[in-house]
Amino acid sequence: MTSFWSGWIIVLTAISIALVTWVLFANRKTEVRDENDRTTGHIYDGIEEYDNPLPAWWFKMFVVSIIFGIGYLIAFPGLGNFKGLLEWTSVGQWQKEMDFHSERLQPILDSYAATDMDELAANPAAMKMGARIYANNCAQCHGSDARGGYGFPNLTDNDWLYGGDSQTLMTTIVDGRQAAMPAWQTILGDEGIKNMAAYVVSLSGRPADETRVAAGKSQYMTMCIACHGADGTGNKFMGAPNLTDDVWLYGGSPAMIEHTLRVGRNGRMPSFKDLLQEQKIHVVAAYVKSLGKQ
Amino acid sequence: MSDKIPLHDVSEFAPAEVSEVDLYQKREKIYTRKIEGFFQRVRLFTGWPLLLGYFLLPWINWGERQSVLFDLPARKFHILGLTFWPQDMSLLAWVLIIAAWSLFFVTVWAGRVWCGYTCPQTVWTSIFMWAEQVAEGTRNQRIKLDKSPMSVNKLFRKTLKHSMWMGFAALTGITFIGYFVPIRELLPDLIYLQANIWAVAFTVFFTLATYINAGYMREQVCLYMCPYARFQSVMFDADTLVVSYDKNRGEPRGARKRHEDKPQDKGDCIDCELCVQVCPTGIDIRNGLQYECISCALCIDACNSVMDKMGYDKGLIRYTSENALEGKPAHWLRPRLIGYAVGILVMVIAFGTRIYLRTPLEIDAIRDRNSLYTTTMMGMIENVYTVKIINMDDRPHRFLVRASGIEGLTINGNDTIEAPAGEIVELPLRLVADPAFLKQTSTEIEFSVSSQTGNLEASSESRFLGPRTM
Repeated sequence: MTSFWSGWIIVLTAISIALVTWVLFANRKTEVRDENDRTTGHIYDGIEEYDNPLPAWWFKMFVVSIIFGIGYLIAFPGLGNFKGLLEWTSVGQWQKEMDFHSERLQPILDSYAATDMDELAANPAAMKMGARIYANNCAQCHGSDARGGYGFPNLTDNDWLYGGDSQTLMTTIVDGRQAAMPAWQTILGDEGIKNMAAYVVSLSGRPADETRVAAGKSQYMTMCIACHGADGTGNKFMGAPNLTDDVWLYGGSPAMIEHTLRVGRNGRMPSFKDLLQEQKIHVVAAYVKSLGKQ
Repeated sequence: MSDKIPLHDVSEFAPAEVSEVDLYQKREKIYTRKIEGFFQRVRLFTGWPLLLGYFLLPWINWGERQSVLFDLPARKFHILGLTFWPQDMSLLAWVLIIAAWSLFFVTVWAGRVWCGYTCPQTVWTSIFMWAEQVAEGTRNQRIKLDKSPMSVNKLFRKTLKHSMWMGFAALTGITFIGYFVPIRELLPDLIYLQANIWAVAFTVFFTLATYINAGYMREQVCLYMCPYARFQSVMFDADTLVVSYDKNRGEPRGARKRHEDKPQDKGDCIDCELCVQVCPTGIDIRNGLQYECISCALCIDACNSVMDKMGYDKGLIRYTSENALEGKPAHWLRPRLIGYAVGILVMVIAFGTRIYLRTPLEIDAIRDRNSLYTTTMMGMIENVYTVKIINMDDRPHRFLVRASGIEGLTINGNDTIEAPAGEIVELPLRLVADPAFLKQTSTEIEFSVSSQTGNLEASSESRFLGPRTM
C-alpha cells in the first residue's frame, strides 16, 4: 500500500491504543455516595444496583493485553507497511512447511525414481502415491478411472498412440504431445469425405458401402499413408492412430469419422516438465502403466 | 389518572459527602476454617469418584490401546470400544446438550449444587486447601503466619505448600495430556526428557493453569469467570432448594452464655460468625442468598455443630426453598422440573439408540465434472464417478458397490474394493446407461455399498447426466 495509507493505518492504530489506555486509566476511580449503602445511588422503578468493586486482577489483565498488543505490532506486520521485526509472512510460513515436507519426501521419491516402472507396480505404497498424483494432475482430462473420454485417450487399454513402454510414457508426460491431423474438407470435398470415411470404417472390418470404399481407398493411398501407413496401422513416431483397431479417440461412427476428416484434430497433451518433478512423473507413469495390466 | 413516579429525595447527598474510591479493588484473601459435617461427608462421595476417575481412566487399556484416547493427529476419538471420527461430531453436540439439560434440571431442583459438590474447580481447590492446612496450619495459624515477617519457619511452610501444590498440579497436567497422548509413553518420555515439544508445552500449560486456578484464583473463578455462575440463578424459582438462613428463627441475633436457657429477646443465632469463617467465597449467608454462594453447605455444617453445642435444633441454616421459609406449601414436582426430566429421558433414549445403531461405514459418491457425459461406440452413455468409502470399523472389509436408479444401469470397472481398518479408500468407476432408458438429462441415482460380511451398509445419492431426450 502507498505510504499515505500506511501512515493512515499507523496513526489510527496508535490513536486507538492510546484511547483504550486512557479510557482504562481514566475510569479507575468511582464515586461512593454512602459508605453503608454500597449501591450506585440510582433507583430504577424500585430496583437498586450494587456498586461492587471489580477485581484488581482484571485491571492487571487489561494492562497486560495492551502491552501484548504493542509487542505484537512490533514483532509482526500490522502497522501499515512495517514488516515486523520477525519479518513473518504467510508465504514464508507456507514455504517453511513445504521445505520441511519436501525434505522428508525427497529420499522416498528418489528411491522410486531409481526403480524400474514394472517393479514399482508391485509396490503398493508407490502405487498409492501414483494414484494420488494421477488424481490431482491427470484425472481432469483422462477421467477418475483413467478410461478417458471424447478426445482424451483411455489409459487402461493397451492401445497407445505413441507407445506404452516406460521411456515413451516418460517422454509423453514430460514433453507433452501435439496432434496434427490436417483438415481435408477443401481438398476432398463432400463426396470425397464420405468416400474416405467409408474406407476408414472398412479398415477395422466393419461393413461399409463398397463403391465408396473403393473410391476412398485410392485417395487414401495418395494422401494418408504418409502418417497412417499403407496398411492403416498408424505410426507411433508421429502419433498417427492405428485405424484398424476399432479404438476411436473422437468417435467411431461414420458421421464422427467424417467430422474428424472435415475439421482435422489437434489434440494436445500438456507438458508436465515445469509442473511436476521428474521423480513424481516417473511414479505416475508407473501407475498408468500398471493400470493396463489390471 | 396514572400514578406518579415516587419521588426520591436526593438532597441529602451533599457533594461534600461524596468520596472517591478505586473501581478495581484488590481482593481480600479468604482464610477458610475447616469444619466437619454431614454435607462434607456427602462431598467425599461426589468428589472422590470423579477425581479417581479422572486420574485412573487413561491407565485403563481396552485391547491394545488406551480405553479413552483422543488421537488428534489421526482425527480419531476412542472411547471404550467405539472409535469416533470427525464425521460423528453431531453425537458430541448431543452429548453436550444432554449434559446441559441435566445441569439445568439439577439447578431448578436444588440450585447451585453442581458448584459445591462436583465442579472440578471446587474439587481441586479443596485439595489445595487441604495441602495448605497441612503445610501452614489452621485458619488462625495461617492468618498469623501471613502477618509475620519472613523466617525459616515461614519459608519452610510456604515452600512445602507450593511444592505440594505444584506436585499435584503436575500430576493433573500430565494426566490431562495423557488423554491425548498415550500416557504410558508420555510419562517416561517426560521423565527422560524425550517428549515431543508440544506435549511438554501443553503439560506445562495445564500444570500452571491448575496451580494458578486452584492455588490463587479459587473463588475468583466462581465469582467472575464462570458463565454458569452468572446464569444459574435465572433457573431458580420459589421452590428451588437453596442454602438459606432462617431469619425468623435466628433474628434478633446476639451472643449469650452457653448453658443458660434461651433468652426471650434473642433468636437462635448467637452471632458466632462461624458461617462466615468457613465460607470459601467470603459471603455472609445471613444476608440472604447471594450469587457468590456455591451451595457447598460448609455454613450449614458449621452452624449445625454450634446448634448442637448450644442444645438448639439443627437447621438454622439449611437447604430449603423460598416458599417453605415463608410457610407456604412447597411442591417439588412442578412443570419445569418434569419438562426437563422428560426432555432428558427422550434425548438419552434417542442418543442411545443412535449409538447402538451406528454403522461404522460412510460413503461419498463424487461425479467427475470434466465432461457432462461420454458416448461409447455402441451409443451407450457413460458417466465417471469416484466412490469414497470410509471404513470406520476396527476391522478390514471387502466392499461391494452397486448402483441403481436407471433401468439396466451397469458398472464399467471394478465394483469391489478392500479397505483396511479405519481407512478411506477411493474407487473410480464408470456407470453405463442405455439412452433409451434415460427420461431426462439429469437422473437421480443411488450408490449403495455393502460389506462382504453383510453387516455394514451405506448409500449415497448422485446424478447421472445424459443427452437431451427426444
